[in-house]
Amino acid sequence: MVKRSTALGVIGSTFVWAFLLALAVVVIYPLLWMTLNGFKTNAELFGNPFALPVELRWENYANAWNRGVGNYLMVSVLVTVTSTIATVFIGAWAAYGLTRIKIPFSRTFLIVILAGLMLAPTVALIPLVRMFQALGLYNTFWALLILYTAFRIPFTVFLIRAYMMDLPVQIDEAAAVDGASRARAFWQIILPMCKPIIVSTVILNILFTWNEYLFAMVFTSGGDFQTLPVGLTNLMAKHGTDYPVVFAGMVMAALPMVVLFIAGQRYFIRGLADGIGK
Amino acid sequence: MTTNELTRGPVLPAPASGYRSRPAKKRRPGTSRISSLRALVWVLPAVLMLAVFVYLPLAQNFGFSVLEWDIYTGSQSFIGAENYRKMFADPVFWHALANNAWYSVISILFQVCGALVLAALVEGLRHDRWKQIFRVLYFIPSAISLTVAGLLFYFIYEPELGLLNAGLERLGLGDLTQSWLGQENTAIFAIIAMSQWQGFGYCTLLFAVALQRIPSELYEAASIDGVGPVRRFFSVSLPLVREMTGLMMIVTVSGAFQVFNEVMVMTTGGPNNSSQVLGTWLYRSGFVRNDFGYAAAIATAIFFITLSLALLQLWISRKRRVEW
Repeated sequence: MVKRSTALGVIGSTFVWAFLLALAVVVIYPLLWMTLNGFKTNAELFGNPFALPVELRWENYANAWNRGVGNYLMVSVLVTVTSTIATVFIGAWAAYGLTRIKIPFSRTFLIVILAGLMLAPTVALIPLVRMFQALGLYNTFWALLILYTAFRIPFTVFLIRAYMMDLPVQIDEAAAVDGASRARAFWQIILPMCKPIIVSTVILNILFTWNEYLFAMVFTSGGDFQTLPVGLTNLMAKHGTDYPVVFAGMVMAALPMVVLFIAGQRYFIRGLADGIGK
Repeated sequence: MTTNELTRGPVLPAPASGYRSRPAKKRRPGTSRISSLRALVWVLPAVLMLAVFVYLPLAQNFGFSVLEWDIYTGSQSFIGAENYRKMFADPVFWHALANNAWYSVISILFQVCGALVLAALVEGLRHDRWKQIFRVLYFIPSAISLTVAGLLFYFIYEPELGLLNAGLERLGLGDLTQSWLGQENTAIFAIIAMSQWQGFGYCTLLFAVALQRIPSELYEAASIDGVGPVRRFFSVSLPLVREMTGLMMIVTVSGAFQVFNEVMVMTTGGPNNSSQVLGTWLYRSGFVRNDFGYAAAIATAIFFITLSLALLQLWISRKRRVEW
């Protein structure tokens, strides 16, 4: 009996391994193809698509950088850093208030904030365009900073609040005994204690902001100030015939997030799991 | 007595005499109102951001949907339900809705059911190292943006230099080669296929986390009873991640009705509006055809679809909380 089950087990696990490996190839090969195409010439690209590049033409990357990708990258970094900081501070500040302080109508405020999780950004798009035109913020950095912050606050509060609720209240009381104000207790005691969930929300927010397309396209496509997702489609439209440069640009846009994910996967997975599993 | 009990409550000195119950008698009538108003400082930044930039535009959208409105000339006139009437008579709207529905169905198949099975296979591996390697590998497409993934597949589908047609020819399936994004009957499905490639690893990761939370005693008990891996999946794993699966389905369907990025990058809704989805049709109506009132009406449709899904999700997670 033991023998039969092992024989079956061996066949089964061989199939499982073959399937998992085949799927890994399906995932990795297109990415590899993209990276290799970034080193080819246009002639090579239109030749055999399975061939390796004849030589590693780093100048494609330099060209992509000079044709705008460098600029888009800076803009993406700027928007990502500022909106992530703004979102996490405003979110953590609100989460502290909601879990630790008696606030009139706190239940209403909580619902108002968390209900934001249910709303699709597309629905607000048309009025937002008019609003930002009226404010004179259309095609500016501020439009993206404000929108990314506002639309990410609900998820951020949701994650940080759940974490703060598990921290004992005695910590705050002890801080109060020592004469710390509420704000000081927040900055110096509670916020540092929330570090794991803060790191998770930071990573999730960076991934969101770096890759966001709808708002970026509608609110900045007319100006010089563009993030990578919009910039890449422009690169494609403007230099559409020089495909290797487009591939190089795509690799430069994708690489930072792949590295970030692999480096921070522990925090990242925790954030995702808390976000949906709790 | 555990340390936990030690640090809890009465043993800690003085909190009661801290500022929480600060001399109630001395307090003047107005003080508590002022201090509670001051407490609003904590939530106001978040609430104001949401009120002004999320809820206000949401409300305005309903108002705009009953206008005939040209944003460039600025002319606006009230036309009642005309935009909605137009929407229900618009074949492209219905076609877009159907494309969103296809998106949902195929995504449920691959990104929920497929990812769940995949997660079970990966978690069933003996070596932790390989579990982690597969989880990370499969997730990588989700870390790159939909824009990059969309452009990449635009090239893969490209008839002249693309991988797909060249691969089919190598395999002797030259008859199947075609202009995947250039034909009305294949464009949307080519886009949906890309989106499965991009998103399945994300769902697999979530299911893997959920499966890890199942106590290992349950699996041990099952294997003592001589239960094989397939039955173990159906009678142990599946029931325990059922609510999670329900939530994932709703999140996936909701996402499928908000699709925008990949369609915009790969076909902009073409050829001949065949791959249009609600999001891109809204965009095209508003920003290309300059009909903002009509675009707002489409937004209202998206609002009601996603809202009802969100309420369903809320209902499921409520129910789950009671059960546990």
